Amino acid sequence: MANRDEIRTGLADILEEVAGVDKADVADEKSFTDELDVDSLSMVEVVVAAEEKFGVKIPDDEVPNLKTVGDAVSYIEKNAA
Amino acid sequence: MTSHTRPDVVVTGLGATTPLGGDVASTWDGLVNGRSGIRKLDADWAEMLPVRIAGLMVDDPANHIDRVKTRRMDRSEQAAVVAARQAWADAGIADDIDKDRVAVSVGTGIGGAKTLVDQHDRLMTKGARLVSPHTVPMLMPNGAAAYVGLEFGVHGGVHSPASACATSSEAIAWGLDIIRSGRADVVIAGGTESVVFPLPIAGFASMRAMSTRNDEPERASRPFDKGRDGFVLGEGAGIVVLERADHAAARGAKVYAKLGGAALTSDGYDIVAPDPEGTQQARAMTLALRDAGLDPADIAHVNAHATSTPVGDMGEIAAIRKAVGDRPVVTSTKSMTGHLLGAAGAVESIATILAVYHGIVPPTINLEDPDDELTLDVAANVARKMEVPAALNNSFGFGGHNAALAIQRV
Repeated sequence: MANRDEIRTGLADILEEVAGVDKADVADEKSFTDELDVDSLSMVEVVVAAEEKFGVKIPDDEVPNLKTVGDAVSYIEKNAA
Repeated sequence: MTSHTRPDVVVTGLGATTPLGGDVASTWDGLVNGRSGIRKLDADWAEMLPVRIAGLMVDDPANHIDRVKTRRMDRSEQAAVVAARQAWADAGIADDIDKDRVAVSVGTGIGGAKTLVDQHDRLMTKGARLVSPHTVPMLMPNGAAAYVGLEFGVHGGVHSPASACATSSEAIAWGLDIIRSGRADVVIAGGTESVVFPLPIAGFASMRAMSTRNDEPERASRPFDKGRDGFVLGEGAGIVVLERADHAAARGAKVYAKLGGAALTSDGYDIVAPDPEGTQQARAMTLALRDAGLDPADIAHVNAHATSTPVGDMGEIAAIRKAVGDRPVVTSTKSMTGHLLGAAGAVESIATILAVYHGIVPPTINLEDPDDELTLDVAANVARKMEVPAALNNSFGFGGHNAALAIQRV
């Protein structure tokens, strides 16, 4: 079971790979769309990659609630198998 | 006739990435020195195919594009953007040009077929959720044109003709029309193709259209030679910047040549076989000449479509004779690049433009034993230094599409 730091680091790897986000910019308060410039198609890739990496299901209707990195970290922390 | 009011259109920028080089200078150097860009395919999958040779781009376009963007662009789209950037920089157009007056006309014969197949594999092995959300913009045949338009923020319309191997000559012909009709001052025109992977090769091979000279890749593409046994697949992109002549003159632009005329005809004969009479191929050339206000005797050089197939090459020779007589020096640069399908017309237009500009006709290599029916003067094996006041570039495509462009020295 990953802790918050490990999840955040894993997300940063994914964000760098699929959306070209600088890992140093990834912090809990950062908004995916407004601050990290992750567009909607890239967000789909991030979600799918996170599901694979953390063994978690992130339903499409949950994605709009994941506005910040912290939202995603919390969701994964709570729902990971 | 309104020809007295019709604006002249000139070529002010060139860009290419081909099996001979990653830009126009290296490609032209390969062409005039008679180098072959055809190699053995060393991928594992080549073993299962009857054809195991091709002309791959020597400079991977992904090397010139932001890594994240390469995940969202089919290789054909990447090649188009790389060639377009070169052409735009070569034209030296200021960034503050009115983008409402700039259009794009960039086609592809097949589009993002590699993406289609790759994502289908992913669907079947990993499931629907893992299919890339970028699949559709990567495979849509207008994708390359759209990416070129995005690259420069173009608002004057983005067009993507598809006429198989005539595609990018048709795209350039559309560009001419767009400027003449007053809809734009500048058109970024050309084509791209990147389908060197098993399915297209197997499909073309099943048509018995491809050379199987697998042990001699550099000798495989041999238009007009008795030993020719089909075309050799190549990949790449070619882009030209077309510009209204007075617009180019006002900014003091370097001008390579005038695009004097263009014509498109259709065989109405067979879905793949060219009409053996060559009537509509010849008519395309005649109409292009007339469009340019030229006489057949003005044409010093023809860059032939000639793909190295047994039937096609000699049909075209007959059509050239019919349209412009036996004076022009003919060449097929496909002997060196292979057949770039939807990019062929643009890359060969660039070769024709530079033949006019430099006064050098690139050779047709591997022409060792000319076909008995070859009754025209072909620049066999070595480049021909000669005055080229006017030239034609021919491109013909499956579906019976015939395109001819008339290019003139300025």
